[in-house]
Amino acid sequence: MTDILMPALSPTMEEGKLAKWLVKVGDKVRSGDVIAEIETDKATMEVEAADEGIVEAILAPEGAEGVKVNSVIARLQGGGAQPAATAPAEGAVQVAIAATAAASSPATPPPASLAAETPSGPTVRLSVRDSLRDAMAEEMRRDPSVFLMGEEVAQYQGAYKVSRGLLEEFGPARVIDTPITEHGFAGLGVGAAMAGLKPIVEFMTFNFAMQAIDQIINSAAKTHYMSGGQISCPIVFRGPNGAAARVAAQHSQDYAAWYAHVPGLKVVAPYDGADAKGLLKSAIRDPNPVVFLEHEMLYGHEFDVPASDEWLVPLGSARIHRQGADVTLVAYSRMVGVALAAADLLAAQGIEAEVIDLRTLRPLDHGTVVASVVKTHRLVTVEEGWGPMGVGAEVAARVVADAFDFLDAPPERVSQADTPLPYAANLEALALPTAESVVAAALKACYR
Amino acid sequence: MARVSASKTATAARRSGSEEGPVPDREQLLAYYRSMLLIRRFEERAGQLYGMGLIGGFCHLYIGQEAIAVGMHAAQRAGDQVITGYREHGHMLAAGVSPRSVMAELTGRAAGVAKGKGGSMHMFDAERGFYGGHGIVGAQVSLGTGLALANRYRNDGKVAFVYFGDGAANQGQVYESFNMAELWRLPVVYVIENNQYAMGTSVERSSSETHLFRRGASFNIPGEEVDGMDVLAVREAGLRAAAHARSGKGPYLLEMKTYRYRGHSMSDPGKYRTREEIDEVRKTRDPIEHLQERLAREGAVDEAATRAMDAEIKEAVADAAEFARTAPEPDASELMTEIYVEAAV
Repeated sequence: MTDILMPALSPTMEEGKLAKWLVKVGDKVRSGDVIAEIETDKATMEVEAADEGIVEAILAPEGAEGVKVNSVIARLQGGGAQPAATAPAEGAVQVAIAATAAASSPATPPPASLAAETPSGPTVRLSVRDSLRDAMAEEMRRDPSVFLMGEEVAQYQGAYKVSRGLLEEFGPARVIDTPITEHGFAGLGVGAAMAGLKPIVEFMTFNFAMQAIDQIINSAAKTHYMSGGQISCPIVFRGPNGAAARVAAQHSQDYAAWYAHVPGLKVVAPYDGADAKGLLKSAIRDPNPVVFLEHEMLYGHEFDVPASDEWLVPLGSARIHRQGADVTLVAYSRMVGVALAAADLLAAQGIEAEVIDLRTLRPLDHGTVVASVVKTHRLVTVEEGWGPMGVGAEVAARVVADAFDFLDAPPERVSQADTPLPYAANLEALALPTAESVVAAALKACYR
Repeated sequence: MARVSASKTATAARRSGSEEGPVPDREQLLAYYRSMLLIRRFEERAGQLYGMGLIGGFCHLYIGQEAIAVGMHAAQRAGDQVITGYREHGHMLAAGVSPRSVMAELTGRAAGVAKGKGGSMHMFDAERGFYGGHGIVGAQVSLGTGLALANRYRNDGKVAFVYFGDGAANQGQVYESFNMAELWRLPVVYVIENNQYAMGTSVERSSSETHLFRRGASFNIPGEEVDGMDVLAVREAGLRAAAHARSGKGPYLLEMKTYRYRGHSMSDPGKYRTREEIDEVRKTRDPIEHLQERLAREGAVDEAATRAMDAEIKEAVADAAEFARTAPEPDASELMTEIYVEAAV
């Protein structure tokens, strides 16, 4: 007897919908036969049998939603003893696919946001992915000079499905599929922005933007200054940044510190859906080049997002996600979720942590951080990138400069281990910040 | 000169005549002569000021290549855009930017065309559609293709003229841009100013295909080789290329065979070529003398008139140099301005 397990069809997939069974109990299947269709949040994909046998039972009925990766969906009689189902190699990303995501990087459930910072008015429950899509669609409706270009953004509907539906609404002149040519299309985008258009340049991931980093820094960031204010560059570079799951060193890197180093750029890295939408809309309207760092692991997370077309979050303002008097946790992007989870654990030990989401890294809302440290006297920074010369180093240096007398302990930095991100599940988990490592740093700062 | 068409790669054919544009009249010829001479004298003076320590950093002179900027400018229409690399003083002057503001940029003064913040390699004049002035070899090719993308997006009939050297022709992003330009039929004219040397490395030592006009062939971009020392040949080819791009047929590639008389920059000792080689080009192919001879031959201008023009240009350049020497430096408060566009979201 062989179990057929729910397959992981992308590096970050945690669950999916069993859209359709193509076999029924009693059918004979051979390896390679398509037996089912599974819908992920990115795509519908076919599942092939990896073994021969007769379908003995179907355990996840057609239409079942939220079927966890690696749960048993059917059983075969006869055949080998190995887990059966594998996905065809048609992942939506340029990376090794079908990694078994179940073992590594358990998703941190998004804790509830602080009510005070949550927008008033009607909201809708939306994934971060769709929040970003709505932001682009609304801004494209509002301003005909806004357009989207990048790899697979149009006909494929986005490698991560962030641009789903945009081609249908806006047509191929404004939703432009580019060849795989990052250096070139980033330069074209910058040139078009210099000519007065407002391009959104999507990088399939920011790892590939390193091919284009010369255009982002030397052309986009510096030209306004070098031209004595004559030429501006209203462009947004956006895409997933940071570690995904089990995609290893070349596809797992946080570029926040790289870009936040550069005058002339603005750098944004949202955590939840309301911020993702409100910040992206502000970024598109901003007359400057903005690097907008998304996180693949957050795309599928759902949050309450304001329904208004005019929901804008200003660039350069941090957000207090959770108030607390004992220690300040400063994070951005996915690490906000880690910090919030750490705050829950700390609360159980009687320590009230204040969690600050920087949201924008350049310009940095230093005032909010200092005000918090003045209150808590303790600082822990959390970033997914490497520590040396990093975001935490900058935040800590500025806090030491401006709130030295208020500190009761040296600032603590939590970051990725100082190594290329390993592939092995256990090593990867060891390398990345977790709620537990944040708790340990907070306890140290509290001398506990 | 040789050319390559989309259908027939590596076809070499002599071109003559000028079906695309009317033959320039006497006034136009004089204007080209004047413009080339202004660039020559301006650059000579810039070299002097550099030697005096008034111009800092890198300074790349255009001497020898004047016919390209002037001839191509004659092929452009109002509203067209220009973008090039760091050897751009001549392009700015050809576009009509005042010698004072170019020279003042070279000396880093507030009255410079970029307020003294860009310097020799980074000059811009948005009003004239001059988009720089770029210091990274090859970057302007992608940027210029982006200008053409904007033209196409707006369907406004403008053409982007994108200049780069034989050195930049080996950069990868040039070919990424060629691919998209032809794929999307963007209105762009690529002009390779092949002055034979990328810094100290000759085309033969750097390029597996030395006929650079063929470099667009695998993208189906038509290309032709042009005598870049002949302002009228440049203008004619420019008109042909612009007509192609403007009519919606996509990019066009011109390889201008030219020569720079001076070093790559002011700090180039020039050990990679002989004095004889330079003298030979000066003697036989100089673009300014070439046009002067023609003007004299046709009786368009007598010696007295030429001399008067020379004197007038000398005066204009001396005025620019004096202005650039004495004009004030930018105010210290300029240090932290224009990093961002300040505008309410």
